[in-house]
Amino acid sequence: MHHVYTPHVYPMCIVRGMSISHTLLGLLEAGPRHGYDLKRAFDARFGQDRPLHYGQVYSTMSRLLKNGLVEVDGIEAGGGPERKRYAITDAGVTDVEDWLATPEKPEPYLQSVLYTKVVLALLTGRNADSLLDMQRAEHLRLMRGLTRRKATGDLADQLICDHALFHLEADLRWLDLTAARLDRLASEIHT
Amino acid sequence: MSSTAHDPAPPAATAETPLLAATGLHKTYGSTPALAGADFAIRAGETVAVMGPSGSGKSTLLHCLAGIVPPDQGTVRYNGRDLGSLSDGERSALRRADFGFVFQFGQLVPELTCEENVALPLRLTGTGRKAAAARATEWLARLEVDDVRHHRPGQISGGQGQRVAVARALVNTPRVLFADEPTGALDSLNGERVMQLLVAAARDTKAAVVLVTHESRVAAYSDREVVVRDGRARDMAGAL
Repeated sequence: MHHVYTPHVYPMCIVRGMSISHTLLGLLEAGPRHGYDLKRAFDARFGQDRPLHYGQVYSTMSRLLKNGLVEVDGIEAGGGPERKRYAITDAGVTDVEDWLATPEKPEPYLQSVLYTKVVLALLTGRNADSLLDMQRAEHLRLMRGLTRRKATGDLADQLICDHALFHLEADLRWLDLTAARLDRLASEIHT
Repeated sequence: MSSTAHDPAPPAATAETPLLAATGLHKTYGSTPALAGADFAIRAGETVAVMGPSGSGKSTLLHCLAGIVPPDQGTVRYNGRDLGSLSDGERSALRRADFGFVFQFGQLVPELTCEENVALPLRLTGTGRKAAAARATEWLARLEVDDVRHHRPGQISGGQGQRVAVARALVNTPRVLFADEPTGALDSLNGERVMQLLVAAARDTKAAVVLVTHESRVAAYSDREVVVRDGRARDMAGAL
C-alpha cells in the first residue's frame, strides 16, 4: 500500500514508524522533564507538521510509569498530571538502547495501488499511458513543493524532505519503467 | 540581453508570449527518427524540465531549440524570430550573446584556468580582458568556487567543475540557459547544490532555463515539465 504523500503527512509517516513512547523516553535521557516540556521538545524536533496532543503525552507517560521505564521525580504544588516531573529509569535507558540497536523492518512495497490501477486500465481497455502520465505529474507537483520547502527550511526540514523526495523518486522510476514495459504487460495480461 | 541586430526588429516576447517556441519539429538521423512533430514553448524567466527515456529525443530537441542542429521540418522562433531564416554566422552570434549552455561534463577548456574559462564568452563578445576577468571572478564567487579560479579543470573536482560551467554559462546573462543533464555526473549532495545555485542564478538574471534531465529530483527544480516520448513532446501541465 502506498502512503498518501503530502508535505503534512509524510513526516508523520516517519514519526509513526519511530514510536512515540521510545522517542519520549529518549528525550528524557538528557534529564528529568515535565510533561509539557516533553511535548515541546518532541514538537520542536519531530512534530514539525503535526504536534503531539497533551493527552498523548500523558497517556504514554502513565504507561511508561506502569512498566517501570520512568519514575516520578517530583510533583509541583497544585497537583494534576501536568505538574509531574518524569525521570527515566535504568530499565528505560536499556529500552531506548534496545530500540536504537534494532534495525527497522524495511517496507516491502509489494502491494501497490498504482500497479493495480495500471493492470485494471489495461484489462478494461483504458489508456494506461495517460494514467502513468497523470501520476507522474502529480508526483512531480509534490516533489516541487518539497524542493521549495527545502530551500527555505533548516537542516531538519531538509532531511525530512529528502527522505520523502527519494521515496517519490523511486515511485517515479517505477512509473517510467512501467511506461516503457506497457506493451509487454498488455500482451501478457491479454493472453 | 540580445546584442544581435536584425532588421526589421521582430516583436519582443512578453510575459504571455513565449520567448522561445518550436512547432512541428522533425529530425531524423540516418533512418532513426529523433523528433517526430515535437512542439515546445518557454517564457522568459521560466524553468522547464524536458524529461523522457534515453533515446526519446530530449537532447535533439535541445539542440534544435538552441539552433545547434537544424530541424528537417518545423520552426523554432526565438524572440519572434525564425532561427531557420538566419545564416550560420547569425545563429552563432545569437548563441554567443543570448544563449548559455551547461552539459553533463567535458565542457571546460582544459588549457585555461577556471577564471579564463568563465571569461571566455565575454571575451568572444568583445569585452576587454580586465573587465571579463572581474566579471568571471564575481560569477565564480556566486557559484561558491572563487577559491579555484586559478586552477585548471583537471585540478578540481567534478562538482566544482560543474559550478564553473554554470558560471560560464551565465556570465553573459543569457536570456535562455540550456542545461543538458547538468548534474548527471555528480553525487546527490553536489548535484543538489549545483541545481540550487543554477536555479537561483537563473532566477536572478530572469533567464529561461531549458533543463534536460531524466532525474525527477532535478526536474523538481523546474516550474513545469515536458515529457518527450517517441519524438513528441507532451506538456504535463495538461496531464492533470
